[in-house]
Amino acid sequence: MKKAEYKKIVKRHTPKEERLKNSIIAFIVGGFLGVIGHFLLELYSAAFNVSSASASALMIVTLIFLGCLLTGLGFFDEWVHFSKAGLFIPITGFAHAMMSATLEYKKEGMVTGIGANMFKLAGSVIIFGVVSAFTFCLIRVTLGCFI
Amino acid sequence: MTFKYKNVYINDTATVVGKLENEGPLSKYFDKAELDYYVGEKTFEEGETKLILESVDILLKKQNKNIEDINMFISGDLLNQITASSFAALKLKTPYLGIFSACASSVEGLIMASNMIEKRQLKNCICSVSSDNDCAERQFRYPVEYGGPKPLTTTFTVTGAASALLSRDKSLIKVESGTIGRVIDMGIKDAYSMGAVMAPAMADTLMMHLKDLKRDISYYDLILSGDLGRYGKDILKDYMKEEYNIKLTKYDDTACMIYDINNQNVYSGGSGPACAPLVTYSYIFKLMKKKKIKRVLLIATGALLSTTTVNQKRTIPAIAHAISLEVAE
Repeated sequence: MKKAEYKKIVKRHTPKEERLKNSIIAFIVGGFLGVIGHFLLELYSAAFNVSSASASALMIVTLIFLGCLLTGLGFFDEWVHFSKAGLFIPITGFAHAMMSATLEYKKEGMVTGIGANMFKLAGSVIIFGVVSAFTFCLIRVTLGCFI
Repeated sequence: MTFKYKNVYINDTATVVGKLENEGPLSKYFDKAELDYYVGEKTFEEGETKLILESVDILLKKQNKNIEDINMFISGDLLNQITASSFAALKLKTPYLGIFSACASSVEGLIMASNMIEKRQLKNCICSVSSDNDCAERQFRYPVEYGGPKPLTTTFTVTGAASALLSRDKSLIKVESGTIGRVIDMGIKDAYSMGAVMAPAMADTLMMHLKDLKRDISYYDLILSGDLGRYGKDILKDYMKEEYNIKLTKYDDTACMIYDINNQNVYSGGSGPACAPLVTYSYIFKLMKKKKIKRVLLIATGALLSTTTVNQKRTIPAIAHAISLEVAE
């Protein structure tokens, strides 16, 4: 049998992912997380009387802390498994990715384990985040010269 | 390449499983369950070694033997450089052969041991394999605590170790013949669809076995594949039909038997070197001892990939080895 024909058999038996259901769950969970973030933002700016930029930083730190704590306590992987993109796309997912890698390599030493592997999952996010930020910034500045 | 054996028997077996396998439908057939993910050790890897040692220990106790009575220990697992097996061999202090053909390692070990026993090079031999879900997750996929979503075709690496004692001493389960398979690659690149990767290798070995022994498929009461999973099983059935015009009827897949695949959170079923022998040495041997089935062909399938080859977008080759087990008259 040719490989192309075999791939047809495989395709016939490959189940469809429940995209709609997953999207709805991610939308609701992600949205709910956004509401919590916004609540924290309002709370911090009112309670500490700071600008919304400073309150925003505080809110992000809080969510990162909670993400890390819940990963460490062993709940977060099950929540991510259920809510998928609703939890791993927001900043909590970034914290979770770093913390789960850190926990994983704890037993392989501070430098060769934690240091070398902490960014195993999150490293790509940082690299391509910086590269795309730079690119867009360049476009914006260049366009700004002409307008 | 098929070998026939006249005087090789599986005298006894021992199975140790993890938490999820113990919650599955076959739990009452296993010898021991380890509910702690670390098996009481410091790391997952040490835990996997302990699983092997425990299964060997149970096996020796069942047969009233000491480890000094054993001529050779053959073992394989999924860890890089098969360290779970080697570290177990260090403790056992027997002559040791470490083997790797991924999830087909169990049958590879049985064939090697059977050949040496048949030729009287060995009096007896213990064949073990192990796999550990947490070890496999961190080596092949994501950190254990990450829990990221995976496609439905994913298989779930079984936690457990299985050991068998082979010798010329007559007992109920006879090793009748064994076929060493070829490496087959049908161009599948998806490491989350192992059933699709391995089904053609399974079919190739099955056909070679039948051809070498001039046998019809109806000779066997049951044909078992190692770990194709729910979807791989259907792919194999269609492939056998279209390529060889053979309808697989008395056939099952150990990946679908070890877990309750409809209710346990294991995607399309089990996988790992321990999957096939855990089911065979416990449940299937029980059926054979009750003489409900007499001739079983176990074909363990393995995907020969590494994270490097997958990241380099290479296709995934697969292998399958077959062993024919019969109730001795």
